[in-house]
Amino acid sequence: MEFSLNGEQQQLKDSLERYLAKNYTFDLRRKQLAAAPAPNHWNAFAEFGLLGIGIAEQFGGMGAQSNLGGTGAAAEDTMLVMECLGRALALEPYVATVVVGGSILQYGAENNGSDGNDGSKARCMQLLNAISTGSVKVALAAHERQGRYKLSYVATTTTKRDDGFLLNGHKAVTLHGDSADTLIISARTKGLVDDEVGISIFLVNKDALGLTIRGYPTNDGLRAAEITLNNVHVSADALIGREHEGYAAIERAIDAGIAAHCAEAVGAMAALVEQTLEYLKSRKQFGVAIGSFQALQHKMVDMFIATEQARSMAILAALKLASADTTERRRTIAAAKSIVGQSARLVAQQAVQLHGGMGVTDELPISHYFKRLTAIDMTYGDAHYHRAQLGEMMLVNP
Amino acid sequence: MNVNYSDEDQAFRQEVRAFLKQHLPADIAHKVLHGKRMVRDDFMRWQRILFDHGWGSPYWPQAYDGMALNHTQLFIFEGECLEFGAPGLIAFGQKMLAPVLMAFGTPEQKAHFLPRILRGEDFWCQGYSEPGSGSDLASLKTKAERMGDHYIVSGQKIWTTQAQFADWIFCLVRTSTEGRAQQGISFLLIDMKSPGVSVRPIIMLDGEHEVNEVFFDNVKVPITNLVGEENKGWTCAKFLLSHERTGLNVVSLCKQLMQRLQYIARTEMADGKLLIEDPRFRDRMAQCEMEVIAHEMTLMRTLAAMTKNGAPGPEASILKIRGTEIAQSIFELTMYAAGPEALAHLPETFDANWLGNNIGADYTATTAPNYFNMRKLSIFGGSNEIQRNIVAQHVLGL
Repeated sequence: MEFSLNGEQQQLKDSLERYLAKNYTFDLRRKQLAAAPAPNHWNAFAEFGLLGIGIAEQFGGMGAQSNLGGTGAAAEDTMLVMECLGRALALEPYVATVVVGGSILQYGAENNGSDGNDGSKARCMQLLNAISTGSVKVALAAHERQGRYKLSYVATTTTKRDDGFLLNGHKAVTLHGDSADTLIISARTKGLVDDEVGISIFLVNKDALGLTIRGYPTNDGLRAAEITLNNVHVSADALIGREHEGYAAIERAIDAGIAAHCAEAVGAMAALVEQTLEYLKSRKQFGVAIGSFQALQHKMVDMFIATEQARSMAILAALKLASADTTERRRTIAAAKSIVGQSARLVAQQAVQLHGGMGVTDELPISHYFKRLTAIDMTYGDAHYHRAQLGEMMLVNP
Repeated sequence: MNVNYSDEDQAFRQEVRAFLKQHLPADIAHKVLHGKRMVRDDFMRWQRILFDHGWGSPYWPQAYDGMALNHTQLFIFEGECLEFGAPGLIAFGQKMLAPVLMAFGTPEQKAHFLPRILRGEDFWCQGYSEPGSGSDLASLKTKAERMGDHYIVSGQKIWTTQAQFADWIFCLVRTSTEGRAQQGISFLLIDMKSPGVSVRPIIMLDGEHEVNEVFFDNVKVPITNLVGEENKGWTCAKFLLSHERTGLNVVSLCKQLMQRLQYIARTEMADGKLLIEDPRFRDRMAQCEMEVIAHEMTLMRTLAAMTKNGAPGPEASILKIRGTEIAQSIFELTMYAAGPEALAHLPETFDANWLGNNIGADYTATTAPNYFNMRKLSIFGGSNEIQRNIVAQHVLGL
């Protein structure tokens, strides 16, 4: 067992932390949110090599090996990057493009093309290359209204035509869907609305005819989009991987995204613990620092405990992401997302509480962390959803 | 990073298993695995077997004929013992007194007492708490007055676990009332057969005799039984506690309890279906499961840090709090899983020789007494509130 960072990882972490501390201050972030002039972090991320993490070298990335959702090493790198981004409350579509998008595209790029989709293989390779240089962003549109977090709920239809497919349907709350150059869309090519078999994955350009992207801000200052497909025509080379068999790749990509968001949440929680602790030591009432009161001390300790539990699960999630045993991977991811969701809620709510009135203002970072952590819980399945998922797995595989 | 046990650790686990398979007496294992009442001889016989086969001192350094197992090996050793139904080693002698003697004892004390612990000749108990000194241990009043070459000890200890089995008790006694309360405390070894020592059982809420009151009525104790310097006993007490920081993590216990809970949930029927098929019950079970996973990972992080740095990281201080909270929640759920038959109060089933018929299943009768009894987990070894005080002060600096 070994849980410390190696030399290269430590170096990456140190330099990224330095960059973020200088260029991703809370004030500069506020400017970015107000669309005022602010640093373009995406280019900086590309220069750091962050956009190639987990993308195999042969596709232009940094990863030493192929990575369907993360080899051990890539998932660890992603974890440490996400922890930094969580602390910085980063607004960029890093998970959507590099982690989730990267995972699916890599699946497409590595597919052997035996069923005639050599074309999509080339497109996936090009996209991966463009992602790692920072010139292209993608977003996965896998969720639908009424399906909530369930990835097999796909009502979006396809009609096969000689030269490709016609897509019709609606995709809900597609994270960063309005900044993506290319959307990755799950659609049903056979079976019933809840079947895992019969789901296929398609590349759709943002300017495709019949495609409507309604972008909007989310509560945490990030972006999402409702996507409507009205007779959107895609050519045969838009199909990623094998027809009807896209479910496993989507699930794996979302699991990679979950592991990344768990690490992001840990970064945000650690920041909340530090800032709240600082506040307890400096804020005076009744003539003493409020941190001298046992009632508040114990709340603070519970925040610390919850953060360490979440950190344990974020590490475990990263380390099990590449597990060849799908059940082991899925159990760990479900447990991690649920523990992190519960911990995040406790830490964020208590941080607000312990800051008193200041905690519910827009002025302090506290409320912004609170909103981001809430959004992370509601991304790719909340704590209750994943607890039920774990329960299902305990029923089937004791 | 790497979450797996090393090859050496795996080989060690096999070695422990082989030893337990061959040498653990079936009657003792039966008692442990079925929650039957234990007697002094069970513990002493097992310690003697361990000693005879070179397993008698897993916790001790080589200088004291110990096995000098590392932290990970100890965790493996204890986990396997639990799994096979071996009684825990008598912690008071092995894990608590022995390190104090090694650090502070005289050569004569070491030479006399340590081998007797190893050979299973002396059963030790711990005399810390007093009726007026629980969490505020330093306020203890049991008095030891110096009279020539011996002390005269008068006072009372309480919550003395297994004093009814003990040959010796290590006590914190007051040798001075000057200065701070901590400064007048000494660490004294007292023969339980000394005139003036009496033991009165305290029956616990499950009807069992586990703890006692120990009375000292002008008990004569040779000054050669003083450990360390007079009035410096608090140093020994603190040293002992620091040795015990990670000892109460109960990870292996929690894992074993989850297996049992799974078994019960797959045996009990509710509404014509197995209990585990009830999603509401499964949710509660999944909650316990993920908390155990997170807790185990926190322990792994601690063990790795201790192996690397010799000292645990800050995450270690939360092990007792989380471990006991989680174990209690599993004991509670296990009783509810056993169902209404758990209402039957059948103390006779604790007798290893009892041959009557069960009410409910063979696991039912112990579930409620265990639930009741295990409320002690968050109280003993420094209540969880005291643990939170310690984290607040020593980890968070409040």
